[in-house]
Amino acid sequence: MALTLFYITSAVAVFATGMMITRLNAVHALLYLILSLLAVGVIFFLLGAHFAAVLEVIIYAGAIMVLFVFVIMMLNQGQKTMEQEHAWLQPGIWIGPSLLALILFVELLLIVVLGDNAETGHVVDSKQVGIALYGPYLLAVELASLLLLAGLVGAYHLGKPMIKTKKSGGNS
Amino acid sequence: MNEIPMEFGLLLSFVLFALGLIGVLVRRNLIMILMSLEVMLNATGLAFIVAGSRWGEADGQIMFLLILTLAAAEVGVGLGLALQIFHRFHTLDADSVNEMKG
Repeated sequence: MALTLFYITSAVAVFATGMMITRLNAVHALLYLILSLLAVGVIFFLLGAHFAAVLEVIIYAGAIMVLFVFVIMMLNQGQKTMEQEHAWLQPGIWIGPSLLALILFVELLLIVVLGDNAETGHVVDSKQVGIALYGPYLLAVELASLLLLAGLVGAYHLGKPMIKTKKSGGNS
Repeated sequence: MNEIPMEFGLLLSFVLFALGLIGVLVRRNLIMILMSLEVMLNATGLAFIVAGSRWGEADGQIMFLLILTLAAAEVGVGLGLALQIFHRFHTLDADSVNEMKG
């Protein structure tokens, strides 16, 4: 049971990733990338890593992808925005990702309906993760927080409106 | 109980990593390169989760958490760099950024 679901989800993940690296439009690629991340999240769930599955959906497919959407939207300002938006709203672009998402949704429903009978992998619950995280791995947590602080400062510095330099190619 | 063999999980992780690597090597758009990097980091996390599930330990998920923070920081800085490059060169082509004189 779980093995079949695993195969289907793997196929969805590989297919979505393959579509992602061959799309010409960044937004279309982003749709397939989100699908790939969601599929990997379902695989985490099937493997028994529920906490990691939740984090995958919330942080990867939620927060990090929203950053991508923001930047893509910021970079597409200009005269062409209107017809681009018009082209993006055409039906047909989102049908592929929607079908793949539907597959994942049906799998999820199946797991929920089966309840405890769904034989997922060895469940490592979030309590164990939390105990290990703030026990032996405390130093790693501190280092991760430092890394996030460095990333925050770096992103703030790089994201500032650019100081006016000489026309194009000015390096300073 | 654990009926998903570890080999399949590791194989999927390898395939996803290879796809991400191909994306990084083939695409020249900076946004696409960053997305492919995300796929590669995600595949690495999948390998850790598979190993953690195989041994029933929490260490795999903790490594995944650390990879997650790394990916978040990397995306923040990478997208900031992409914005600066776009403002400076008016393109997202990675090959256009070849004017650094070290």
